[in-house]
Amino acid sequence: MERAIEAKDLRKTYPPGVTALDGLSLSVESGTIFAVLGPNGAGKSTAVRVLSTLSRPDSGTARVAGIDVLGDPVGVRRAIGVVGQKHGSDGEATGRENLVLQGEFYGITGRDLRRRVAESLDRFGLTAAADRKVKTYSGGMARRLDIGMGLLHRPRVLFLDEPTTGLDPEARVDLWREIERLRVEAEMTILLTTHYMDEADRLASRLAIVDRGAVVVEGTPAGLKDDLDGDTIHVELAGPDGADARAALELVGEIDEVSVDGRTLHARARDGGTAVPAVLAALEAHGIRAASVTMARPSLDEVYLRHAGRAFSGKGAQPEALRMATTDREEVAA
Amino acid sequence: MTGLRQTWQVTLRGVRVFLRNPAYMGITLTQPLIWLVLFGALFKAVTRIPGFHGDYIDFLTPGIVVMLAVSSAGWTGMGFIEDIHGGVMDRQLASPVWRGALNAGSVIYAALTIMLQTVLIVLLALVLGASYSGGVGGVLVLILVAGLLGAAFASLSNGVAVLARQREALIGGVTMVVLPLTFLSTALMQKSLMPSWIQTVARFNPVNWAVVAGRSAATANTDWTLVATRIGLLAALALTCAAFATRAFTHYQRSL
Repeated sequence: MERAIEAKDLRKTYPPGVTALDGLSLSVESGTIFAVLGPNGAGKSTAVRVLSTLSRPDSGTARVAGIDVLGDPVGVRRAIGVVGQKHGSDGEATGRENLVLQGEFYGITGRDLRRRVAESLDRFGLTAAADRKVKTYSGGMARRLDIGMGLLHRPRVLFLDEPTTGLDPEARVDLWREIERLRVEAEMTILLTTHYMDEADRLASRLAIVDRGAVVVEGTPAGLKDDLDGDTIHVELAGPDGADARAALELVGEIDEVSVDGRTLHARARDGGTAVPAVLAALEAHGIRAASVTMARPSLDEVYLRHAGRAFSGKGAQPEALRMATTDREEVAA
Repeated sequence: MTGLRQTWQVTLRGVRVFLRNPAYMGITLTQPLIWLVLFGALFKAVTRIPGFHGDYIDFLTPGIVVMLAVSSAGWTGMGFIEDIHGGVMDRQLASPVWRGALNAGSVIYAALTIMLQTVLIVLLALVLGASYSGGVGGVLVLILVAGLLGAAFASLSNGVAVLARQREALIGGVTMVVLPLTFLSTALMQKSLMPSWIQTVARFNPVNWAVVAGRSAATANTDWTLVATRIGLLAALALTCAAFATRAFTHYQRSL
């Protein structure tokens, strides 16, 4: 089995005509961690629901663990583990009871089940809390239980839908370690959705950026960063003269591309080190005051902004819109 | 086999919640007593209506049993709504679990609760002077009938919950259905004293099937044909409702 997940041209529209998937295709190699990045509403969760047989696409095909999601959904369910965005555990039951019920749902019973439950509790550091109601667990503990439940039947492919959302930084790092360990020890294929760049950068060997229901770019984190070809210079303006500043910078030879986002200018330069003085000189020549100038080496944030963000639109007014906006996008004709 | 095991595991989930929440258990167990005492006091006057015959507590007990069964069962779907909002439902549906088990497990738990409530009503009524001339067998039929009717309405409630996913919708549904069905039956009023159109409607009312079967079984001179046909109808209804609730999951997933 070469490809653990193979999705072609998935489309799904919710009434009254909201397009969630618009020709999404993915290909994930077995035994790797693949990250799907995208703003809220981009279609990440819908993709996971379709691939995990929870939902059906309007059209398109998908095979998970070599099994057709439409032709044999029960076969797919046996082969995969799913950890959703929300806690999937029953707060009124104990951690152990949650695991037992989950095992029964996969047809695991008796001594085998008891052994797996004990192993899972141990592995995820929940043995001491095993017989406490889950509603008394911390966010990190409940998340670890969710993952333990998703893994109890030893799936070949694991779906993690925004696994660290809502966790404190320490619990996030713990979970990252756990996910990396899984890939190595269990030789599992993991597809995770996230909107944290650092998470994708750290965990994934490949990633796809999804926007408006389709993959806009796919590659390795390193490859995508290299493709950016240059550094980004951010200029925080002292006054509201964004358009003038943009016009000024567009005349600077060292700058390849400029965009405005409120009072912030984003400029891309092949060599940021030599471009910064030129940028400052150009601004001064036009009588525009800069509050600060920063330069960034390519990071995954830059990749994301470039492909799914709104920074290079010249229109978005709130910086937060870079990461979260779901509407009103205008591609820059660079 | 796996399906039955899974059903029982889902039932156990409900049973554990019941046993672990003293407040919830207290309400479930006190409710039958309050109903019997209140309705008993209120409807005692029924016996003074010309044309009423028989002992009022013997008459009223099966009515209260059935009324409580429908109204308890109506809330069963709340559990599914909680599960949907909490992510539990999606996790379960992403597993290969038999969908029938998710509904059946919850329905069996509901029916067990209702049968326990029925036992309590029966015992209290005994203290209040009910005679149960139908004997132990008659009382067992009353408990069975309450369980079957409860199972049917619990499935119905689950199905509506999965389709609507809103507490408000379920509350509205229960309010719309439970009281009218109770009053369109002989639960609280002797048939010969009801308007004739209600008598006609009552013949098609599952609540009335349960009332007449339970009442006939619990009293002397049981009409076993009546009891058997009504039990058959109730069992068929319970299965139909279970099929509806199980199919509702497919509909739910299609909307995800």
